[in-house]
Amino acid sequence: MYLGRVVGRVWSTVKNAELEGQRFLVVQPITPEGANAGKRIVCTDMTGAGAGEIIYWVRGREASIALPAPEVPTDFSIVGIVDEMSVNREAKK
Amino acid sequence: MQLARVVGNVVATRKDPRLEGKKLLVLRYISPEGKDEAGYVVAVDTVSAGYRETVLTVSGSSARMADGCKDRPVDTVIVGIVDNVQIDSGSR
Repeated sequence: MYLGRVVGRVWSTVKNAELEGQRFLVVQPITPEGANAGKRIVCTDMTGAGAGEIIYWVRGREASIALPAPEVPTDFSIVGIVDEMSVNREAKK
Repeated sequence: MQLARVVGNVVATRKDPRLEGKKLLVLRYISPEGKDEAGYVVAVDTVSAGYRETVLTVSGSSARMADGCKDRPVDTVIVGIVDNVQIDSGSR
């Protein structure tokens, strides 16, 4: 799982039937310190995350396991909203 | 999912029989802000996207879960046509 910040939304009317009712959020991957880390992606969302929230997301086949419907074609999914996070600086060295 | 723009199509006569009848499009990945990113990809189209449209793509094993792509040798699929992308103002 990876950390990210919600920075926007995508609207799509014509889409695969399995994606009906899904929200698509633009996510900026971040480091635990909050710095941007890599390209922005589009995630399906299970959690009702909103603009600016820090979330964590999964990638690959597992992303569709996170959604209630069995076979959703998605490769990035938001699975949790971060309340709090602490990083032990010593442990990182 | 990643955003991409349709920039062309691919015609192939000799191919894996499980790809028969699938429309193949050439895509250029773009950022949510609309800027071109490095790299092109050939994707199977499941939503009848057209030239220059912005689309949502799924890659990897998740691609095989799209409409009509089960158990087919496919690793990138177009799953949606994008109407609008909104980037929150002030987001870094």
